[in-house]
Amino acid sequence: MLVYIIRRSLQSLVVLVAMSIIVFAGVYAVGNPIDILINPQADQIDRERAIASLGLDKPLYAQYLVFLQGAFSGDLGKSFVHATSALGLILERMPATLELALAAMLIAIVLGIPLGLWAGLRPNSVAGRTIMATSILGFSLPTFWVGLMLIMVFSVMLGWLPSNGRGPTVELLGVPVSFLSLEGWRHLVMPATNLALFKLALLIRLTRAGTREALLQDYVKFARAKGLTNARVIGVHVLRNILIPIVTVIGLEFGSVIAFAIVTESVFAWPGMGKLLIDSINLLDRPVIVAYLLVIVSIFIVINLIVDLLYSLLDPRVRVTESQG
Amino acid sequence: MATLPDTDTDVARTTAPRAVETPAGRLWRDFVANPVAVFGLGLLGIIVFLAIFAPLISPQNPYDLAQLDIMDARLPPGSASAEGHPFWLGTDDQGRDMLSAIFYGLRISLAVGAASTVLALLIGLTLGLVAAYVGGRVETLVMRIVDIQLSFPAILIALILIAVLGQGTGKVIAALVTIQWAYYARTVRSAALVEKRKEYMEAARCLALPPRVIVFRHLLPNCLPAMMVVATVQVAAAIALEATLSFLGLGLPITEPSLGLLIANGYQYLLSGKYWISFFPGIALLCTIVSINLVADQLRDVLNPRLQR
Repeated sequence: MLVYIIRRSLQSLVVLVAMSIIVFAGVYAVGNPIDILINPQADQIDRERAIASLGLDKPLYAQYLVFLQGAFSGDLGKSFVHATSALGLILERMPATLELALAAMLIAIVLGIPLGLWAGLRPNSVAGRTIMATSILGFSLPTFWVGLMLIMVFSVMLGWLPSNGRGPTVELLGVPVSFLSLEGWRHLVMPATNLALFKLALLIRLTRAGTREALLQDYVKFARAKGLTNARVIGVHVLRNILIPIVTVIGLEFGSVIAFAIVTESVFAWPGMGKLLIDSINLLDRPVIVAYLLVIVSIFIVINLIVDLLYSLLDPRVRVTESQG
Repeated sequence: MATLPDTDTDVARTTAPRAVETPAGRLWRDFVANPVAVFGLGLLGIIVFLAIFAPLISPQNPYDLAQLDIMDARLPPGSASAEGHPFWLGTDDQGRDMLSAIFYGLRISLAVGAASTVLALLIGLTLGLVAAYVGGRVETLVMRIVDIQLSFPAILIALILIAVLGQGTGKVIAALVTIQWAYYARTVRSAALVEKRKEYMEAARCLALPPRVIVFRHLLPNCLPAMMVVATVQVAAAIALEATLSFLGLGLPITEPSLGLLIANGYQYLLSGKYWISFFPGIALLCTIVSINLVADQLRDVLNPRLQR
């Protein structure tokens, strides 16, 4: 087990370094950001001074080494636009994105698993078919368009919910959060629902497929033959067995939710990391782009590692084959 | 005593050959058994027809500046232009007829989606087949790259590539291809690994056929059912991803407006109640993706060996 963790961590480190090189080379090799950042009427001396102060006059590998040196001490460069630490900018906005992602995941889980279970238990009923049809709709609807329509219906036509921004936040352990105030909830509901739609559809389909397969298994027949109530057969035996792959999918999809929050944040002007990335790409703010990508890659690596460990904890069969292999 | 069939006609009647059902015919028969899938296929057919014949059936060419009149801008659906012809779905901020803009947008969205899917299919298919057939280190290398790439969400890879490559139609297609090839490679490799153990492959090897022939003439056709399902789903995903990128302003340029760009154009008018500029392109995009997904769903059910009864 320990060997496995160490091996995976080393692999992840290699991936991280490779990603940083690719991203750094790609982002810094394209164009010259200096043209956006200084007054076009500045003379040559000023230009050279600005280039030198941002470190852009050195060759690419030297810039990368400077970057790497800084990275080890937690400094991922200074934003060209905001003139503050790039990592600081990202960490400042990370709570907003995480809150949005967690709320979306929660909505997807709380609604998706029961609905999928129902559709799996009664696949040919009206309710079952309706659930499956809506799930197809759920992952066919383009997320950004649904966001726009939600704004149109709930903000413009009905006026119930605010259309953008995060509203007033409350400090929880030093981190600003929205879910502790009603006003914060009103701002959070639409973006979270919008982000949750795709994962909701995915979870419904996954749960339904798992339930259909599980109901054909021998242990269900045995449980019923033993005389257990239907509620216990489904609630305890079937549910526990289908939850294993579902939990792993949820874990893996969480990283994807954080990434896809970029679109929702753009539509609802939610002040998170994703919006920062889009703005940075448009403004060619390279340090922020590189820092964001490294932070996201690290988050993914950690999530994947945790999910793998969780999977081997939950499913004893994986542990057995791992120790044999 | 029973009479023996001693005339040619008797023999012909009792042993007349029945029409042979080809695999394609069986696939079609299974496919149309589900009315929802037939509806999806029909809708898709209509959309493809509209996209291909857009210049002929649009009431107005929305990108011909001579035909636009700024006085027609932002009219609601059903209103008439200054000359009297109706704008069925309203106009946008440039005076373009939304219906025509949607037809042209469908064209571009479908073209980009199809082009990227076909390219990704070719690349992924070749790499997956080669990896499965050759095995060893080649297979490990290819599959490791595929795994790493698939562990990152598509939107993130797309954004990185666009940030690195810059914008433009070719670069968007390149980004979409880079994202998608991994799905095809992984699917075809799994299918090929299963097929490799079957007897016809052994026979082909015994016949000392060159590897190229074995892989492309014998292995490939038997991996196609799995590929068909993945390809249909991926076309929808490519169209949706391209629309998302265009909406964010990082996709196709303004000279080739896809449905995503049309929706983005309407974003600023949403809060003043002019919903039609974003609403109708979205409906068109939705219909496209839903129809493709319905077809893909039925294909998957029909081709899934585990659900064969």
